[in-house]
Amino acid sequence: MLHTLAVLVENNPGVLARVAGLFSRRGFNIDSLAVGRTDNSAISRMTIVVEGDDLILEQVTKQLHKLIDVIKISDITKDEYVDRELVLIKVNADAATRGEIMQIVDIFRAHIVDIGHKTLTIEATGDEGKINAIEQALRPFGIRELARTGKIAMLRGFKASSVNNNGKEDV
Amino acid sequence: MTGAQALIRCLEEEKIELVFGYPGGAILPVYDALYHSKIRHILVRHEQGAAHAADGYARVTGKVGVCMATSGPGATNLVTGIANAYMDSVPIVLITGQVPTTQVGTDSFQEVDITGITMPVTKHNYLVKDPRQLPKIVRQAFHIAATGRPGPVLIDLPRDVAQAEIDFTYPESVNLPGYRPTYRGHPSMIQQIARVIMEAERPVIYAGGGVIGADAAEELKMLAETISAPVTNTLMGLGSFPGSHPLFLGMLGLHGTRYANMAVTGCDCLIAVGARFDDRVIAKVAGFAPNAKVIHIDIDPAEIGKNVRAHLPVVGDVKQVLQSLLALLQKKENREWFSHVQALKAEFPLRYRQGDKLKPQYVIEKISEITRGDAIIVTDVGQHQMWAAHYYQFKRPRTFISSGGLGAMGYGLPAAVGAQLGAPDRKVILITGDGSIQMTMQELGTAAEQRLPLKIFVLNNRQLGMVRQLQEFYCDRRYMAVGFSFNPDFARLAGIYGMEGYTIENAERLAEILPAVLQSPEPVIVDCLVCGKENVMPMVLAGSTIEEAIG
Ligand SMILES: Cc1ncc(C[n+]2csc(CCOP(=O)(O)OP(=O)(O)O)c2C)c(N)n1
Repeated sequence: MLHTLAVLVENNPGVLARVAGLFSRRGFNIDSLAVGRTDNSAISRMTIVVEGDDLILEQVTKQLHKLIDVIKISDITKDEYVDRELVLIKVNADAATRGEIMQIVDIFRAHIVDIGHKTLTIEATGDEGKINAIEQALRPFGIRELARTGKIAMLRGFKASSVNNNGKEDV
Repeated sequence: MTGAQALIRCLEEEKIELVFGYPGGAILPVYDALYHSKIRHILVRHEQGAAHAADGYARVTGKVGVCMATSGPGATNLVTGIANAYMDSVPIVLITGQVPTTQVGTDSFQEVDITGITMPVTKHNYLVKDPRQLPKIVRQAFHIAATGRPGPVLIDLPRDVAQAEIDFTYPESVNLPGYRPTYRGHPSMIQQIARVIMEAERPVIYAGGGVIGADAAEELKMLAETISAPVTNTLMGLGSFPGSHPLFLGMLGLHGTRYANMAVTGCDCLIAVGARFDDRVIAKVAGFAPNAKVIHIDIDPAEIGKNVRAHLPVVGDVKQVLQSLLALLQKKENREWFSHVQALKAEFPLRYRQGDKLKPQYVIEKISEITRGDAIIVTDVGQHQMWAAHYYQFKRPRTFISSGGLGAMGYGLPAAVGAQLGAPDRKVILITGDGSIQMTMQELGTAAEQRLPLKIFVLNNRQLGMVRQLQEFYCDRRYMAVGFSFNPDFARLAGIYGMEGYTIENAERLAEILPAVLQSPEPVIVDCLVCGKENVMPMVLAGSTIEEAIG
């Protein structure tokens, strides 16, 4: 089963290597990982999608907690959450196919962000299913290049997986 | 002051009395600062020795051990020592020199990414880039190394950072939002545990190194006596419970005593205290304490449920948890169980056969008899280590110093150096093998230079005995690369290093010289030419449960 972890870490050099190293060393599989700063520049947030049963997840979480730079881990899988990925797709496009591609872009509420001589570059955001679907839809035209961010996620409603400035957990 | 001077000031603030190390170019400023300090520097002969010595020092004293080395090869030479301390949860702080920050990442002379290399074997590590951060980092490093589940912390210090000018203030406290070990066990869980223990009819306590780390031997003894539960130790736990106590079962596991393994198999309540269900202890998971409610008390939440499912886990400081637990327990006797266990002890004792040749087990037994558990026993890795665990009767914590988790041959001699420096008035005895000692033999130089009165017993079977034993059982006696057709004369080697040396070939001669050797104020090497056919028994073969041991 895939689990989505929201991991808050101190924004120290090497923190990504520590987390990634931990996963590979202990044989945990990362499905996707996205990192970026939070509103507090000293704290970054990692969204890690990891594959495993409850026992593995328990170990992943506990081992992550042992890293000094890791402040908080929330497994949000079982909660209501919003998740998004961003993808950029450069696809072959000539006069004959351009219209059809633009229709697909519309259907997925994606955007064209660059037009080349023989290509279009498309930006789409959405959950994993939507991103997979747009990729499938564009594949027949010939995808020249594709870049995906990996998933970021946030709990719905009032609940938050964050920390305040003292590093204490918010309630 | 400079970064290097600040570092030394930090060490002084941490009340560090001695450091083990080996200098070089990148760490030059630190040594220059050390020149003006009262901190004693022990010059080893190889950086691995510095790390092991700091580790031995830490295990004996309970304080944080410190060692330093230069960049590149100096740093890589530390790695085995770091991994060893990591596996056995020993608090040490390691300081490595690094090339200047301007050259980091350019493959410059003697540059290695030691923070990268040691990430998997340190509790935490730092590459100091901003000199102003140095005091804070050192403060954190000592805090992290010594608290929670202890472990090694490395600080990599680039030369320009060591030379930079900074204003020094030593932080009073540390603020690490991601590091808050749990010390107090969950009260309702402790209540539940108390209930289960009071209901148990066949309890066994399985105590590991965490008891020693938490300074909880006293509490362990009270627990055992209150509920009349026999106590078995892991290798790391030896010394946490008196070896002469009627409730003591000796070591459990692959080379555990038959009665310890049988008691664990038969118990209805297993109380694991500061132990981690290592594969060398549990063998086949399904056959380990199959009828027991498993209680697991440990400071490290990640150890709970990692290898064996615990029915009743408590995360917390072993000492504190045991104290809370003791307050809830009443005295009870499990008469039937107690007499059953005593019968097992009588029926399946550890034993070996005396013969014409000197038996390694006998050497240990004799040393135990004469020192009466008052010595600090340091071992290397191999058969001799297991025999030391079997036949030496330990009395108190921090007297058995051995490489458990990593099983690093070569640990013994440098660890003995560290142990003796940490406990100058104690008798430190190294039990080593002819294989192991040759891995770090150069530290005889350190021992001689520091005039350490070490008593070194080489259980010399002219082979890598433990591997020979494995080949006997698993490779149909195809003995490959386990015999030494050349060994140095260890007694003469002693002479070269200004130590007393003896070569002993039989039991009578051993008994004759042993009292004097152990009383001698001088360092001594006793080369014990022991029978080369002995096996460590009992032995649990691969795929068996601990109850199915042979021998
Ligand atoms: C650094 C290292 N290399 C290899 C091993 C594998 N090993 C385990 S025990 C052993 C033999 C040890 O020989 P010796 O020190 O003579 O002790 P004995 O078993 O003969 O008592 C070896 C090679 C090890 N534990 N550590």
